[in-house]
Amino acid sequence: MAIEVRIPTVLRTYTGGAKSVEGSGGTLDELFSDLDARHGGLRERLVDNAGLRRFVNVYLNDEDVRFLGGLGAPVRDGDTVTVLPAVAGGAR
Amino acid sequence: MRYDSLLDSLGGTPLVGLPRLSPGPDVRLWAKLEDRNPTGSVKDRPAFYMVAAAEKAGLLAPGATILEPTSGNTGISLAMVAKLRGYRLICVMPENTSAERRQLLEAYGASIISSPAAGGSNEAVRVAKDLAARNPDWVMLYQYGNEGNALAHYEGTGPELLADLPEITHFVAGLGTTGTLMGAGRYLREHRPQVQVIAAEPRYGELVYGLRNIDEGFVPELYDESVLTGRFSVSAPDALRRTRQLLETEGIFAGISSGCVLHAGLALAEKAQAGQRADIALLIADAGWKYLSTGAYGGTLEEAQARLEGQLWA
Repeated sequence: MAIEVRIPTVLRTYTGGAKSVEGSGGTLDELFSDLDARHGGLRERLVDNAGLRRFVNVYLNDEDVRFLGGLGAPVRDGDTVTVLPAVAGGAR
Repeated sequence: MRYDSLLDSLGGTPLVGLPRLSPGPDVRLWAKLEDRNPTGSVKDRPAFYMVAAAEKAGLLAPGATILEPTSGNTGISLAMVAKLRGYRLICVMPENTSAERRQLLEAYGASIISSPAAGGSNEAVRVAKDLAARNPDWVMLYQYGNEGNALAHYEGTGPELLADLPEITHFVAGLGTTGTLMGAGRYLREHRPQVQVIAAEPRYGELVYGLRNIDEGFVPELYDESVLTGRFSVSAPDALRRTRQLLETEGIFAGISSGCVLHAGLALAEKAQAGQRADIALLIADAGWKYLSTGAYGGTLEEAQARLEGQLWA
């Protein structure tokens, strides 16, 4: 089972520079724990006691997971998860 | 239509159907053309409201200086309002925004302070906040947190949409300051609870997300997640493809954020259940004029995508 997880520049120190890593799990929560096993410390940058960290956005197949169940969002083989820092909206 | 002056003509923008892009008579897409505003963008609404509120609160006197982190439309709108009301305007914007924006700002008499490209608008906001702290007589309206921004949409955009499309099922707009979605979205959900309010968020190149630390991110103070029912991330290639599709299929020459919005709108149209009606309103924030120099409308899509890499394209 493989789920592609795209990692922003600022977190690539945890992945040895890799832009994208693979993981598995039934939910986003399980996926992050799975990644953490190979990329120690990564989960803590994404998740705190309250759930997803405030300035971290996670998209499952381009949809913000906060509207899909957050950490409980189901994930499947072939899904793409994109992690991005929250930034001010472009050209306003 | 006749108005006493330019600012009186603000809002009341047309809602046009998209018969060729709509999947069928039961699932219809509609475009609200916000380029039909005094300076050509949706930002005329929040700019006017924020200035009017500041005047009412006694914060602005003739000759006052307004400061704002803005890489384009808000600055242009504020420049127009400032010019007509007798204020000075300083815009802080990232250095990698399109040439037309700067030219238009300067033509209206605004001054520009450039912030570094890396870090995008986050950096512009930081620089502006710092400048505001060091120049206490300057007024920073701060579009990312000013309730006047959302109020303009709560009192304008939202009611106009519902009046024109009482059967509305979905509202899709770009997510930036979040003002449009917060204001119009809140209004729509209050008056038609079943409506879906969907954000279309541009996804930029890596440079724009370059931060020292992921805890240094930024969420606009206006943002209230509970007003949205969904949020999509849209890449530059998809936004470009849809912007061209809007032009080629429906004849609408829109800015690139509208490509994001259309991409999300088409995804919603596809998800619409068989046998159920959907009326999906798309917010067209501006026309394509300011983006021509980005190369978005000419050459192959691949060439256009390459040119947008690293730019704040929406």
